[in-house]
Amino acid sequence: MLNRRHMLSLTGSLAVLGALPARLALANAPTDARFVLAIQRGAMDGLHAVPPYGDPGYKALRGALSLADDGGAESVLDLDGKFGLHPTLPELKAWYDRGELLVLHAVATPYRERSHFDGQDLLENGTTRPHAGNSGWLNRAIGLLGGGDRRLGLALGPEVPLALRGDTAVASWAPEKLPAAAPDFLNLVQAMYAKQPTLQAVLHQAIDADRMAEAAVGDTAGMAVLRPGNAARILAESGGKLLAQANGPRIAVLELQGWDTHTNQNGRMAAALTQMNDALAALKASLGPTWGKTVVMTATEFGRTARPNGSNGTDHGTATALFLGGGAVDGKRVIANWPGLEGARLYQNRDLAPTTDFRSVAKAVMQAHLGLPLDALDRVVFPDSGGAKPLGALLRA
Amino acid sequence: MTAAVLAANRFGLGPRPGELAAIGSDPRGWLKAQLDPASSVPAVIAALPGTEARLAALPPAMGASAEAQKQLIQAVLKNARDQVPQDTTARLQAAIRSETPLIERLVAFWANHFTVSGLRPVAAGLIGPYEAEAIRPHLFGRFVDLLKAATLHPAMLLYLDNATSIGPNSRAGERRGKGLNENLARELMELHTLGVDGGYTQGDVTELAKILTGWTIHRPGQPQRAIAAERGGAVFIPAIHEPGEKTLLGKRYRDQDQDEADAALDALARHPATARFIATKLARHFIADAPPADAVATLAETFARTEGDLSAVYARLIDLDAAWQGAGKYRAPYDWVVAIFRAFAADDPDRARRAVQAVNQLGQRLYFAPSPAGWPDDADSWLAPESLLARIDYAEAVGRTKGETDPLRLADDTLGETLTPESKQAIQRAPSRSDAVALLLVSPEFLRR
Repeated sequence: MLNRRHMLSLTGSLAVLGALPARLALANAPTDARFVLAIQRGAMDGLHAVPPYGDPGYKALRGALSLADDGGAESVLDLDGKFGLHPTLPELKAWYDRGELLVLHAVATPYRERSHFDGQDLLENGTTRPHAGNSGWLNRAIGLLGGGDRRLGLALGPEVPLALRGDTAVASWAPEKLPAAAPDFLNLVQAMYAKQPTLQAVLHQAIDADRMAEAAVGDTAGMAVLRPGNAARILAESGGKLLAQANGPRIAVLELQGWDTHTNQNGRMAAALTQMNDALAALKASLGPTWGKTVVMTATEFGRTARPNGSNGTDHGTATALFLGGGAVDGKRVIANWPGLEGARLYQNRDLAPTTDFRSVAKAVMQAHLGLPLDALDRVVFPDSGGAKPLGALLRA
Repeated sequence: MTAAVLAANRFGLGPRPGELAAIGSDPRGWLKAQLDPASSVPAVIAALPGTEARLAALPPAMGASAEAQKQLIQAVLKNARDQVPQDTTARLQAAIRSETPLIERLVAFWANHFTVSGLRPVAAGLIGPYEAEAIRPHLFGRFVDLLKAATLHPAMLLYLDNATSIGPNSRAGERRGKGLNENLARELMELHTLGVDGGYTQGDVTELAKILTGWTIHRPGQPQRAIAAERGGAVFIPAIHEPGEKTLLGKRYRDQDQDEADAALDALARHPATARFIATKLARHFIADAPPADAVATLAETFARTEGDLSAVYARLIDLDAAWQGAGKYRAPYDWVVAIFRAFAADDPDRARRAVQAVNQLGQRLYFAPSPAGWPDDADSWLAPESLLARIDYAEAVGRTKGETDPLRLADDTLGETLTPESKQAIQRAPSRSDAVALLLVSPEFLRR
């Protein structure tokens, strides 16, 4: 199919919209670093993804959810003799072995209740309260980068997650499921929206992102409909291609699903982790050499109960594990101020206790990787977060 | 005229041809006449097989071999594949066809409030019957009855895992070393009644989970003697119910087996936080993303005073001035597609199937909400670059099939005097009727309700 967004630039839409600075701007971006935030909605069980199999309390506590460490096919992939990776994460193990993966454990946001939706809101708004604002911390970080009209942020998927919403315009990308409307028709719509600033701006962003996507990903009309089983991989692969563009976005948000494992957790975690493993493998492959400038960080609203519930699953908990991968990461380490698994050491005798603030990880990446000043991180990106100091030495010097 | 347009779009599902004229000068009366508990269920919905028939058709698996368990799972998945398209097509057909569109909007509203999502395959094949059996019969009665029907329906018990929650001190719990699953208890308070700031604690979640133990689904082959109570495909099994006294929100509940859940749901429905929470969600759905505080307070007061008489709450909402003001709501994909199909009276099964496909393609996959919180109900969630472009693509495709349609007539039939001069001009100047129709569908006015 003829590529409509390419056509559009030739059909006089400039006159309709005025300048289209972002899509034509070839100015250098304020950073060459790439950052991907992979949001695991539903609360990933860190004790399952990164089992502390060397902890003497592990097997008894986890029961039917504990993993074998006998070296067999179902066995944990050892990291440092104490922690391992779930066997469905061979790609992450390979990153680790190459020094491109850091695993952080017992991490939590400041949120201490157990609502998915409030927990996710806080994870994305960057404050210490759910629904404290309508903008996301990553959007504010992008704003501080000073990209001007350049859209440095990219939402992978049809909607823009809260982490990327805010004053700074971002792009979004999803495979097209419908035949593209003709460029002439888009011009008519743009003219109709002349007095509709919101619609006009959103459409402008859409056309912009689409043009970029076509250059990077190719014509995607007729691509498979996103399904829970394939969405992350498709989005990650295309996201990597877009981020690899010299004039493309720098910061992307990817969503990973399937973590709310109240039942049959062994099977469901294997599926969710496999999807994550495959998506991150696709991301790395499509980034090509740009991988060397990339940091990928996972984030989930909270962890899950340390003990299994009545359905071979887990209920909502507190601390969890976090992956920091990429060529820019100084990896091959598990960083955990380990709280222990004995009953009294669990948070409320129930959950893995939090010992590392999520914001300390995120701020370290924003500071060292994107070059944002600590003062702005403390006040603007994560307001009132001066107490959560950035962790040191996560990235390669 | 403007009030009729608002009645048809904001409260209804977008006018069918002639609907604005039928509403005429009494839009409030047109809406209130739909608040009728005796209104009949659409024929396409009534024709769907119910929960008990669907569960009974599954192979037995209780205490059976691993092979039998596998067959049961395969049968459940096959059911979901077969039944979801049939159920969603019926839902769309009912919505497109309805002459009482407020009812169909309320079905969708409450089904979303009490979300069951097919992302759990085990629940997918029961969502159609869930809407027919738990939601539709209780739209106009008291909230507590809707709450009980939704909470204890097999689809919900499966979706939020109560079907596998076992009292740790119950006979089955002690024998098998099994325990609670608190998924339903938490979402029941957070999403269905009190709201997240409604004043409950983790301890309340655990206690409510204990209260709800025993309620599970009627499995094929289950011995009748194990069952103490039955309710529409759900059963109460005393052997998995947690014995002893429970304390929920400061109130003690004596050990009384299946009656505990009813007593707890009664208390949750009466709680002042529930009145505020339901009032807020209704106001957000019908008035604005950030509804005026006094409108919410008025609806909450009506809810509390009438002990959750939903018809009284809807009537109060219809009477509110705020409900007839403001820029309204950005249509979610479902609302937008239904409005298009209603505008063309495209209500045969084949086109209803295409409407389902369109809703799914535009990002609101029917019966597959992303989480128990359901689909979002605000423009921030739906008005995004890719999704707007997808609507424009879709509108153009629709327009290409409507070259015979008189676009200004269609505009008049759907938006009346609310069509802005800019949109009218764009439609009039369009190079073809197809483009003009498509422009109408993505006009700022048609994108909102």
